[in-house]
Amino acid sequence: MKSNYDVLVIGGGPGGALAAKTAAENGLSVCLIEKRPAIGVPVRCAEGIGEDLIHEFFDEVNPKWISADIKRAVLISPDGQKVTLDPSIAGNEVGYVLDRKTFDRDLIWMAAGAGAEIYVKTRAVDAIVKDGIVQGARIEQGGVEQDVYASIVIAADGVESKFARWCDINSTVPLRELETCAQYLMTDIDIDNEATVFYVGNEISPGGYVWIFPKGDRTANVGIGIMGNKSGDGHRAKDYLDAFVQKTFPEGKTIELIIGGVSVCEPLACTVADGLIIVGDAARLSDPITGGGIYNAMYTGRLAAEVATEAISQKNCSKESLIVYDETWRNSKMGDALARNYQIKELFITLDDTVLNTILNSVKKIQMTEFSTRQLVREIMNFNPKLRKELKSLKKYFE
Amino acid sequence: MLKIHREVCGYCGACVSVCPEGSLELIDAFLTVNTETCKSCKICVKVCPLGALEVVDEE
Repeated sequence: MKSNYDVLVIGGGPGGALAAKTAAENGLSVCLIEKRPAIGVPVRCAEGIGEDLIHEFFDEVNPKWISADIKRAVLISPDGQKVTLDPSIAGNEVGYVLDRKTFDRDLIWMAAGAGAEIYVKTRAVDAIVKDGIVQGARIEQGGVEQDVYASIVIAADGVESKFARWCDINSTVPLRELETCAQYLMTDIDIDNEATVFYVGNEISPGGYVWIFPKGDRTANVGIGIMGNKSGDGHRAKDYLDAFVQKTFPEGKTIELIIGGVSVCEPLACTVADGLIIVGDAARLSDPITGGGIYNAMYTGRLAAEVATEAISQKNCSKESLIVYDETWRNSKMGDALARNYQIKELFITLDDTVLNTILNSVKKIQMTEFSTRQLVREIMNFNPKLRKELKSLKKYFE
Repeated sequence: MLKIHREVCGYCGACVSVCPEGSLELIDAFLTVNTETCKSCKICVKVCPLGALEVVDEE
């Protein structure tokens, strides 16, 4: 490892990989460090992504990355009613369940192929900050520490991010806005291989949802997220998951336990500083409704590298120069969706199961032209004139 | 003080993200706590999906 690079990327998930790949393709010298000994494992993800989102980054989607093609979604109300969400054109795929182990590795492979240096089992132990300007990181590898300087550091260190904090940016997630999650990869279970299934309700999953995301024939990620403040002894995410699995898939076999936290708070107030750009989960950019964060990390990782390239060519890596990154994602479709879905989430967590039943029981089938929470809520509002009044605070997001 | 039950901990980092003091850190598969800055507020104890954290009386 050298002691100086144009760009230092902290973290080897999809956000860091896209940042490193893009920066290297733009001719910058790039160092990416990953604290774990392997990329992509352990998985901490339900692995779902929208169909249109992944195609934005690749001319061709490698079939190895895809565990299952998803054609529809099913929502199950607290009293067990099913609402099927179908694309308006039958037979269309609406999304994929990825194989993150393969996908994440391939993204890093691409970054390496583009010229980025990659170091695993290598971690940042502190930020190097002089006169308020981020200059690099103190890096530990095999028990030896060294200072690595960079014109720009891209922090892609995920939900358990420390780097921003070392740069005096408070990235603490409020307890009630951290979904605490547990998931089993299960096999030998009766599922619809082409549908993602979501169970909502305060008894089954307080302030969150249970998901079944197919991973292939009779195999699925079966998981749950609950609001952090609803968690405690005897009623943790894993307790809820065990109760669900016992009831729904008593004969199923569990071949992997996956746990993790997903932030459903608002994004960091500012995602740049002098010499620093923060991307993906580290910037608190996972979707407040779905918890999805793969696309958001990839989009902001790539954007961060583009902004870094321009800033370095202008020899100005100040916050004023990097702020275009922050402004661009906030004004993007992703930024709009984050703002809107945060407000929807804040309202939906206040609804009790009776109201949820009323809402979902008025709808049985929704044909969707676009698979989004925006369209879902809009359709639900159309079916429930009374609800429209209750949701009037959200009206501006649907006009 | 905060006790980490390593046989239960799944090293997911959920606790790290909610710690107001920044006292927790996940180093690969090993969770660490800085006992000098930890205030035993128990936020991490609550949020842990597996129940690996406990605040115990100092001996």
